[in-house]
Amino acid sequence: MKRDWLGKVVAPAAVGVFVLALWQWLVTALEVPVYLVPSPLVVAQTLVDDRVLLLGSLWVTLKVTFAAFVIAVLGGTAMAFVFVQSRWVERSLFPYAVLLQVTPIVAIAPLIIIWVDNAGVALTLCAAIVAIFPVISNTTLGLRSVSPGLVDLFRMNKATRWQTLARLRIPSALPYFFGGLRISSGLSLIGAVVAEFVAGTGGTGAGLAYQILVSGFQLNVPRLFAALFLITLTGVVLFVLMVWLSRLALGDWHESELMIEP
Amino acid sequence: MAADKPATDALQGAAVVDVRGVEKRFANGTQALAPVDLAVRPGEFVTLLGPSGCGKSTLLRTIAGLTQPSAGTLRWWGGGMAGVGEPGRKLVFVFQDATLMPWTRVRANVRLPLDLAGVPREEADARVDASLALVGLAKFDRHYPRELSGGMQMRTSIARALVTEPDLLLLDEPFGALDEITRNKLDADLLALWWRKRFTVMFVTHSIYEAVFLSTRVVVMSARPGRVFREIVIDAPHPRSEGFRVTQQFAAYAKLLSECLLEASTEGAPQGNAGAPSGGVVGMAGKPGAST
Ligand SMILES: Nc1ncnc2c1ncn2[C@@H]1O[C@H](COP(=O)(O)OP(=O)(O)OP(=O)(O)O)[C@@H](O)[C@H]1O
Ligand SMILES: [Mg+2]
Repeated sequence: MKRDWLGKVVAPAAVGVFVLALWQWLVTALEVPVYLVPSPLVVAQTLVDDRVLLLGSLWVTLKVTFAAFVIAVLGGTAMAFVFVQSRWVERSLFPYAVLLQVTPIVAIAPLIIIWVDNAGVALTLCAAIVAIFPVISNTTLGLRSVSPGLVDLFRMNKATRWQTLARLRIPSALPYFFGGLRISSGLSLIGAVVAEFVAGTGGTGAGLAYQILVSGFQLNVPRLFAALFLITLTGVVLFVLMVWLSRLALGDWHESELMIEP
Repeated sequence: MAADKPATDALQGAAVVDVRGVEKRFANGTQALAPVDLAVRPGEFVTLLGPSGCGKSTLLRTIAGLTQPSAGTLRWWGGGMAGVGEPGRKLVFVFQDATLMPWTRVRANVRLPLDLAGVPREEADARVDASLALVGLAKFDRHYPRELSGGMQMRTSIARALVTEPDLLLLDEPFGALDEITRNKLDADLLALWWRKRFTVMFVTHSIYEAVFLSTRVVVMSARPGRVFREIVIDAPHPRSEGFRVTQQFAAYAKLLSECLLEASTEGAPQGNAGAPSGGVVGMAGKPGAST
């Protein structure tokens, strides 16, 4: 147990520290100008100095990300339940779900931003569109991936449709569902950032992507790095949160953390 | 002691299952069952033995109502499928693998049939305890299936079958995946249970020894499409102990069955059995060592 912890935390942390140190040393030794590549220490200093601005933007991006994620999970799960009602329903609707997946969000984001007045709502919608597909496909797959023997067992015991759903289909789908959540949480963040780039909304509703855009124009590269760092950190935290959630739900019985890519 | 067992007294009582002219053709055109006639009477322990792919599982699944026959009729306790599940007409199926729900503990797995039937929790739990005790797993009710050995998982599956107090137990190669020692042990336990509880058993196996040891009657099926090739009564007294395995009689039956099986798998034509009246015991019933 202790070794496990050592391997999982200390080893990657050591790599991180080494890379940062190397970066710091290279930038100082080669005297790279700060507007090209700032050193980690400068980025850290910027994080502290611009904390009000950056944390405000982080909060904006986080709100969009979470709202999109919640919509994707609820909507995706609901759609999966509709899909598994009959093959016929799935066959007629699934192509449109795929369409949602393959259409680049950059291409439709401007339209959505035009159609929807409220910028926050528009961004959330874009991010949700990006994030919803893994939830739909994984949950559908999960609800269908029921051991045929158990289906027979339920059938022989004259289980009702509801009993079969609650006691068999949903528990069987959980590992797949959580696999979908992991992918979807990351996509919510990516969707939020991409949509913000396209929208380019500033002012009080400025998210991290907007800070990156503006910092780029102003050659304020340390702030750009700081914003980037916050986005990455958010992604990692989201991922860890999902892993923890699925452990909580499945750890007792599921042999491994089943990870299904769409 | 053997005398009060109705197994060998042909045609006593209404058949638990009466299979008449049942055929099965799958959607892809595979004819799995040629017309099959078979009757199983209360208290019998009937084993289906036959070459792989001859339709044993298909026949058992048809009897369980899990697949519909393409032709022919089935009667359960003289009635249709609708009456199955009523008191005195309970049928359970034990699959080849344990088919336990990995997300719940042994207790909840065994209780499932009662939960689905809406039996109150307290009564259900008491019955689960009794059932687990029967298979020797009383201490393992808090375990998850993956924490059990293959044999223990199979016992759990049998406990789940027994918890409904079945009248007819269908087992499809239940111990096929286990090592011989475990299988022999579970065979003996199953036989003791059957002797005590007086339910009717239909059992599928590949093992000649298992068939001889357990059965009151062995139904040998021929290669695809499956037919009843021959029926052989194992005329040895119950309860049988492990000692039965080393008797001359056991060896003679094993020899007879293996010859019969060889014939059934190589020879295509039925041995004039197809038209035999259902339930009729044909062939060499009780031939070897009929006296004990
Ligand atoms: N769902 C299905 N669709 C098409 N063919 C099937 C199906 N199930 C079984 N069969 C075919 O029917 C035949 C009988 O199958 P079955 O499983 O009943 O054999 P079995 O006697 O139980 O074999 P084994 O001893 O190997 O378990 C086989 O040839 C098999 O290929
Ligand atoms: Mg089989």
